[in-house]
Amino acid sequence: MKRNTLLARYAESLFWMGRYLERVENLARLIDVTQNFESPGREAESWFAMIRINADEEGFAKGGLPPTADNVKRFYLLDRDNPTGIPASLEAARTNARTLRPLISTEMWMQMNVFHRDMLSIQEDELHGDRLSRLCGRIKEGVQAHTGITEGTFYRDQGWDFYQLGRLIERADQTTRLLDIRYHLLVPGEAAERKLAELTQWGGVLRAVAGYHAFRRVAPPGFEPVDVVGFLLRDTSFPRSVALCVEQIEYHLGQLRSRYGLHGTVAALERVEELRAGLIGRPINTIITDGLHHFLDGVQRDLILLAAEIGTAFFRDWRPLAEGQSQSQSQG
Amino acid sequence: MQSTHIPQSALAVLAAAAARGSGIDPFSDYLAGPYFCELTRLRPGDGGAAAIVRARIGAIGLDALRARASAAENDLINLGITFTVYSDATAIDRILPFDCIPRILTAAEWRQLEAGVKQRVAALNLFLHDIYHERHITNDGVVPADLVYGNANYRPEMEGFPVRFGTYVHICGTDVVRDEHGNFLVLEDNARTPSGVSYVVENRHLMQRAFPDILAGMRIRPVDDYGRRLLSAMCEIAPVGVEEPQVVLLSPGIYNSAYFEHVFLSREMGVPLVEGADLFVENDRVWMRTTAGKRPVHTIYRRIGDDFLDPTVFRPDSLLGVPGLIGAWRRGNVTLANAVGTGVADDKAIYAYMPRIIKYYLGEDAILPNVQTNICREKDGLAYTLANLDQLVVKPVGESGGYGITIGPRATLAEIEAARVALVADPSNWISQPVISLSVAPTLTEAGIRPRHLDLRPFAVTGRDTWVLPGGLSRVAMKEGSLIVNSSQGGGSKDTWVLEEGEMAP
Repeated sequence: MKRNTLLARYAESLFWMGRYLERVENLARLIDVTQNFESPGREAESWFAMIRINADEEGFAKGGLPPTADNVKRFYLLDRDNPTGIPASLEAARTNARTLRPLISTEMWMQMNVFHRDMLSIQEDELHGDRLSRLCGRIKEGVQAHTGITEGTFYRDQGWDFYQLGRLIERADQTTRLLDIRYHLLVPGEAAERKLAELTQWGGVLRAVAGYHAFRRVAPPGFEPVDVVGFLLRDTSFPRSVALCVEQIEYHLGQLRSRYGLHGTVAALERVEELRAGLIGRPINTIITDGLHHFLDGVQRDLILLAAEIGTAFFRDWRPLAEGQSQSQSQG
Repeated sequence: MQSTHIPQSALAVLAAAAARGSGIDPFSDYLAGPYFCELTRLRPGDGGAAAIVRARIGAIGLDALRARASAAENDLINLGITFTVYSDATAIDRILPFDCIPRILTAAEWRQLEAGVKQRVAALNLFLHDIYHERHITNDGVVPADLVYGNANYRPEMEGFPVRFGTYVHICGTDVVRDEHGNFLVLEDNARTPSGVSYVVENRHLMQRAFPDILAGMRIRPVDDYGRRLLSAMCEIAPVGVEEPQVVLLSPGIYNSAYFEHVFLSREMGVPLVEGADLFVENDRVWMRTTAGKRPVHTIYRRIGDDFLDPTVFRPDSLLGVPGLIGAWRRGNVTLANAVGTGVADDKAIYAYMPRIIKYYLGEDAILPNVQTNICREKDGLAYTLANLDQLVVKPVGESGGYGITIGPRATLAEIEAARVALVADPSNWISQPVISLSVAPTLTEAGIRPRHLDLRPFAVTGRDTWVLPGGLSRVAMKEGSLIVNSSQGGGSKDTWVLEEGEMAP
């Protein structure tokens, strides 16, 4: 058999195709949960929280529109010029897939094309009422169909590991952003009332990541918010927990090193070590007392550094450095 | 379906379709006119295939045929089997319209085409070797020296440079048409980077998916061997002494109109599709950038033109190529397919001389004749042309492409007189040809099944030897009366069958 080699450009495209699709799925989850959080009379604040947790204040302000619920929905679901929205992310995923056509399965490419065409046809009226939740479901299913087809048809050489690294880094990042939603949604009212409202919100967060029932199975009877945070950060049986993502990132980096003899993994593995230490080093209670938002910021920064190490080790070489980063894939 | 076994399911589909059919034969109002029809003209040795195809299409009926054809075209869009058309800074992915009524070539017809294409490729390679080495053919006055050495596509870089097996044109597409008598005539040689072969294979796949009942039991030559043959040839021509050559396909990238074909070919060969930025040259060797560092490259099937290959030698503004590539190639460390400088051989000016070129090198008459071409730089050719201007197509040679053509039968008196003045002023710049009545094939249109003109581009792959893919790309002018089959101008294509010898299954 032929020796297994992978063009650096393909590795980069696989990494980013994985990232962009994961981002699309998570945006749909965020939109869905935001709609569920909408408290009467405070809709705009609920939706603007989404802008904040995505650090999109500046991008949104460029449009010059007031931060109403409709404008935020449009910003993420319809505005093709918003680089952090669903249309642009899907466009970028498809462009990467187009580059990867020699490598990916025909079924992967076909599903991507059909999904892309479907998303381009989203109409304004699908953003309202009960239709929004169904739209979010359709978007999630589009990415999930991609995931399933990829799992079942994509050849498992080193390309698979790069694809998974992109997905997992993005997934870990998105879970921290979803957790952060609590920080931005302060609930008014008396203590007891507030606690109940908070628990309802945490239930919503769990549902958004499809983790509600799993959480109930492992949570103590009188669970507290701290248990939810622990679950989403550290439960290595939960597919979207940060800890499981980090564990799997380490696995795929290890595969690149041991199976394919790629030596550039050292710096990235060190970053993974730091991430893990940060996650399990302190009791969750302490993390919350010291400031959850601050902690999550730190995790997001570490993930950006990790992605940068992988880029430097494996992707940077194919393009002359003088040209700088590629046009669409430079964002952390 | 290449087997003689007819799947029960296909028979069931056929029976059901016949039961649904309206009973009106969709061919009942089909009139081919004065042209040679590729399906309805009785030909010896078709084993009954044409009649079976007609009957099966009749059984399906026009409505079902249209519905299935439209579903099949939708599949092409979803599969991204498209080419990109650029206009006004917008890029549109278009499919090559597919016509579901196949074009049939008998075994005997194919034998002539195959032998003719091989002969032509052999002559082109001998010609290229000669003009870049000894120059016998021009010294002997068979081809005018200025046409060759003054040609914009002549590459002095190639002079005295050896290529393996004397093969310059590794991939060749020969455009063939049929006149009203059914004679095959060569319209053009494509010896640079001919495209279209992916559609030959994809059209067959589409036919198998969407019209298994038309194909059932038909004994036709397979087309899916192309990638394997191409890869073998690319390995054969790799630099001497390389044990396991690394072959790559060099593409301008995802925005190129033929990107789908590049993807197709790299997948069929199982080799990386690279862009210029993936390659670099170090110590006169070519390397590709991989996750594990640099890896050597030995054969490059390039789908970019000579001009763009190496900015240090040709166009300095080219971003598609690889600096230093030509140097590595001249050192014999990498092979390019097709070789640099083949464009001089498929030029219109040289085309007129092809029958003589074949005779000169091979001592044979052309198995596939040219369209009769009068060379106006020669006394007889000029006299004949001037005497028959109203009957002839007059074309300028050289670089001018489609410009300056006068079609005698459609020209005004003033236009003919203008052509006469131009001819007399500079006879060497002109050739003339009779107007060819291209053959037609039944094609599904909005009005029903109607005759449409078509051509054929067989593809030949040459390493040590030449192999010709059975069939080729049949391009169809979808507009009534039109002779323009180009995909960029709305042309479509058909599945092209080469029959095995013997009877077809009923």
